[in-house]
Amino acid sequence: MVAAAETAVNGEAGTTALAWIVTVLPLVSFFLIVLFGKRLPGGGAWIGIVAVGAGLVMSLVVLSHFIGGGEATELSEDWFRVGDLRFELGQYVDGLTAVMLVVVTTVSLCVQVYSLGYMRGDARFTWFYAVISLFTGSMLNVVIANNLLQLLVGWELMGVCSYLLIGHWWEEKENSDSAIKAFITTRIGDVPFLFGIFVLIVATGTANIPEITGAIGGGAISRGLLTAGALLLFGGAIGKSAQFPLHVWLPDAMAGPTPVSALIHAATMVAAGVYLVGRMFSVFVNADPWVLTFVAAIGATTMLIAALLAMIQDDIKRVLAYSTVSQLAYMVAGLSLGPAGYTAGLFHLFTHAFFKALLFLGSGSVIHAVHSNNMSEMGGLRRPMPVTFWTFLIGSAALSGIPPLAGFWSKDEIISTAFHEQHYIVWGIALVTAVITAFYMARAVLLTFFGEYRGHGHPHESPATITGPLVVLAGLSVVVGFLNATAFDVTLFSEWVHFGEGEHLPFNYGFAAISVVGALAGIAVGYRLYARWRERDPLRRLGPAYTLLERKYFLDDVYLRGVVRPIQYRASAAVNWSNRFILDGIVHTFAWTARQFSRLVEVVDRRVVDRGVNTAAGLTGFTGGILRYIQSGNVQRYAVFLFVGVILLAIGISIRA
Amino acid sequence: MPWLTLTTFLPLAGVVVLLAVPRIADRSARLVALGTAVATFALSVGILVGFDASEGGFQMVEEAAWVDSLNFRYVMGVDGISLFMVLLTTFLMPLAVLASWKVEHRVRAFMAAMLVLETAILGTFLALDLLLFFLFFEAILFPMYLIIGGWGYERRVYAAVKFFLYTMLGSAFLFVGILFLYFRAGTELGQATFDLRELVGLSLPAVTARWLFLAFFVAFAVKVPLFPLHTWLPDAHVEAPTAGSVILAGVLLKVGAYGLIRFNLSLFPEASTYFADAISILALIGIVYGGIVALIQTDVKRLVAYSSVSHLGFVVLGTFAFNQQAVSGGVLQMLNHGLSTGALFLLVGMVYERTHTRDLGKLGGLGRVTPVLAGTFLVVALSSLGLPGLNNFVGEFLVILGAFTANRLFGAIAAVGIVLAAIYLLWSYQRMMHGATPPEHEGHRDLSARERLVLAPIIAVIVLIGVFPRPFLDRIDPTVERSTRVVRDAGAATAAVSHGASP
Repeated sequence: MVAAAETAVNGEAGTTALAWIVTVLPLVSFFLIVLFGKRLPGGGAWIGIVAVGAGLVMSLVVLSHFIGGGEATELSEDWFRVGDLRFELGQYVDGLTAVMLVVVTTVSLCVQVYSLGYMRGDARFTWFYAVISLFTGSMLNVVIANNLLQLLVGWELMGVCSYLLIGHWWEEKENSDSAIKAFITTRIGDVPFLFGIFVLIVATGTANIPEITGAIGGGAISRGLLTAGALLLFGGAIGKSAQFPLHVWLPDAMAGPTPVSALIHAATMVAAGVYLVGRMFSVFVNADPWVLTFVAAIGATTMLIAALLAMIQDDIKRVLAYSTVSQLAYMVAGLSLGPAGYTAGLFHLFTHAFFKALLFLGSGSVIHAVHSNNMSEMGGLRRPMPVTFWTFLIGSAALSGIPPLAGFWSKDEIISTAFHEQHYIVWGIALVTAVITAFYMARAVLLTFFGEYRGHGHPHESPATITGPLVVLAGLSVVVGFLNATAFDVTLFSEWVHFGEGEHLPFNYGFAAISVVGALAGIAVGYRLYARWRERDPLRRLGPAYTLLERKYFLDDVYLRGVVRPIQYRASAAVNWSNRFILDGIVHTFAWTARQFSRLVEVVDRRVVDRGVNTAAGLTGFTGGILRYIQSGNVQRYAVFLFVGVILLAIGISIRA
Repeated sequence: MPWLTLTTFLPLAGVVVLLAVPRIADRSARLVALGTAVATFALSVGILVGFDASEGGFQMVEEAAWVDSLNFRYVMGVDGISLFMVLLTTFLMPLAVLASWKVEHRVRAFMAAMLVLETAILGTFLALDLLLFFLFFEAILFPMYLIIGGWGYERRVYAAVKFFLYTMLGSAFLFVGILFLYFRAGTELGQATFDLRELVGLSLPAVTARWLFLAFFVAFAVKVPLFPLHTWLPDAHVEAPTAGSVILAGVLLKVGAYGLIRFNLSLFPEASTYFADAISILALIGIVYGGIVALIQTDVKRLVAYSSVSHLGFVVLGTFAFNQQAVSGGVLQMLNHGLSTGALFLLVGMVYERTHTRDLGKLGGLGRVTPVLAGTFLVVALSSLGLPGLNNFVGEFLVILGAFTANRLFGAIAAVGIVLAAIYLLWSYQRMMHGATPPEHEGHRDLSARERLVLAPIIAVIVLIGVFPRPFLDRIDPTVERSTRVVRDAGAATAAVSHGASP
């Protein structure tokens, strides 16, 4: 693909030249699995695992380029040209790319190994692995793309993969509905994204990201265009990263198999929106300042409303789903703080991938054991499922921001940066959300693993293919935070991923203490309410507020009644009606009139012809032909008349001209 | 070797065989037709091989005198636009014949009609002489009329007559326009001619050019079909036999779009810019309107037909944006629509052959019964909604980018079409393939070897264009550059004049 015509822009490609191979491997494995998977032992699953495993190793080699401060590199080749526009297939590898390559391949590898156990015996096991490979490859393509068109390719392919995987069990119509909802909702977000790309292409004459960034740096694009571009690109991010008001698809995406949820929520799909903002950050920074304020507003709103929704869910996957929406909003809010928040936002993207994948896979292990998603049918599982319990607990603590686990470092960095940048509203909401986060995770852990078992059957620990990935991810959730543990002056991550000079806030024990106390308070309240199982959720005492949450702020109803139904029924009915009765009505009325008229004309015609006075020139022949034709269905005769009539008419006109 | 003439008329040789052998067995008739169509495709590959990608003008031109006294000439030539239309035709025709293997009624006549149709279509794309073009253009009508009316479904006669009347109406105007140009050339160039290459040199008064533009435009707009001249299309599609729908959607609609680029733009550049906004608006209405009407259809064949109205709207929108991205994208979309919609009609036909219904309300759960059919359907539906890696993505991207460059608002409205496409395609797919399987649809056979053979080549090309659009665009782009330059120059000249008039 890219091997020839290497044009390393910023420096020697070195080990980063492997990046495109990391991307191509899962795409190749997709085709191999589709074509040969069913005939191979193990359904071809190992092809996907080997491909992504090799990809992980290569990704680490790529990352090694940046340890010790390697430069960003670029390789590309023409894809096609039209007029003076050139579109490439290529790779742009900087620290952010390298980090993301590692995240995506790691999570995908864990998910694929895990699925060996989880999806065993599934009717479409092979197909599942094929699509997982395509999904992984598409996300990797987004990550390495050196131009916006190529990025869009991966972006759209992920949309379809999510459609296929969410609807994996399409025998149930509900699952198929959720799949369509996910696809359509994200595609609505894709429209502004598409136009964001157009704005930048029209402004700079290229889709190449480093060139666009350079043009912005050189002041070649007006602020107005950048503002439009930034808002449009952010529209795409809102859809893909499930931000308010397009977050509605993500909880429904739980209809897919649980490993898919892990993949969608941690490493692919939703991460793409945040990644896009990070990749195109100079557009945002150089746009009118209110754009970032708007981004902050969306982030803060989403963060809080999603966390509140997570509090009342009974379905364990929905708790995690809303939690993802909320955590993505942290990243968005982090990025909205400008260059100072860039590293913090993307660091949270990085750490969140590990512990959220862990939590989803853990919940899958539980669901696998009890055959239900509902926490009301779980309880007491810490004894039969110790590995799942401990790893889930680590994931929950990491998400809740308990030091020294991964989530603590990244979330605390966002919160303290918000205060430092004097975004006090963002700071306040982020802090409150952190408390709620700790609360709902405590609730989930208590309802699932403590108390008495309330379900049916005898739950037991999952097999090693399932617990193995859990242990690995739990280990990573403990350690990855230390890549940017500012308290110990470790700032590796910010050396890889930074915007501009990458100024770094010193660790502030005061803020850290506030965050930790908040998290502990959330856990304490959770313990107080849920240590003992109650048939009726104590939160129901909130009354109308609970109803508001239960109905998801009525957003789905608004969309359904305000948008979907009117289009589905009224608008299309109206259009259909106009089509049948107005347009075809005109045609039919014309035919009817002609038929009536033809009776008259035929009388005249017959007499004229009978009397042998062939004075009926072109026009009569023309109309007569049509009219009689309609009555008699005699096509040939009509055609003859038509031609004679037209030719006479034409000659007449031509002579006069 | 006169590749163009050979390719065009080879199908008629098949017709001669079919008619000459008395009481030819049905099976032999099918084989003769298939063999002829495959041979024609092979010849057309010869055109592709001999084609010089760097050259934007007409190539491989073949000329002969015909009626000397009136200067009627036989002129055939190919450029980057017609090249792919020819290949699309010769590619789809053998597949359409193969898909018609189950036609049992008057096989010989059916196959002969298909082959006549092929010659007529190929001639339409290759003729550079307007009279010759018109003859081929009209010759399309009769076999198509017979195919719909003779081998169609319940309301075939109504549909066939409607199709015939609509297109005849357009042709009448077109013929007047062609004759006018012929005589005009007589006074202006010293000799009356139908030769397109000479007629582009005419300097017509602006008002005359606009009237002529409209005369040509109506004929082609009916064929495209452009809103509001589209109502013949759903009826024709629904009633036509599968092969008829495939050729109709796959190739015949392109004749309209091709005519607009080939004749309207090059003969009347100034008038093209004059009407550009109005036509773009009609195209946009078609995009949105076709998409919305498709949403409500319960007959899946009708749904696909309306999706064509929407998709062809993109082609026309691109054509009248006049920049290279839009027009090249539009030409690529002509090819893509032929492949994707052709395949959709084939698949709908295969579903119908099994279930004997096209009613979405009565279908369901076929994904479990006929997984290969469902999987293929999904790939084609995804290609039609513009999934990257499949054919429509690049073309659609270029058209919308070009339209956006020309007019921000037009581009934005066009994007509504791609959201609508996702909705109606996934929706109809769900109704057919997902959910529980109704008992009456248990036990249907999955795709047979013959059916796989019909679909596999199309899928292959769908992926090929999606992944490597370059060989296609490299050949289209120089021609488009040449064809649109005139229009852009005319537009610039007009702008300069009006600017100079009111400083």
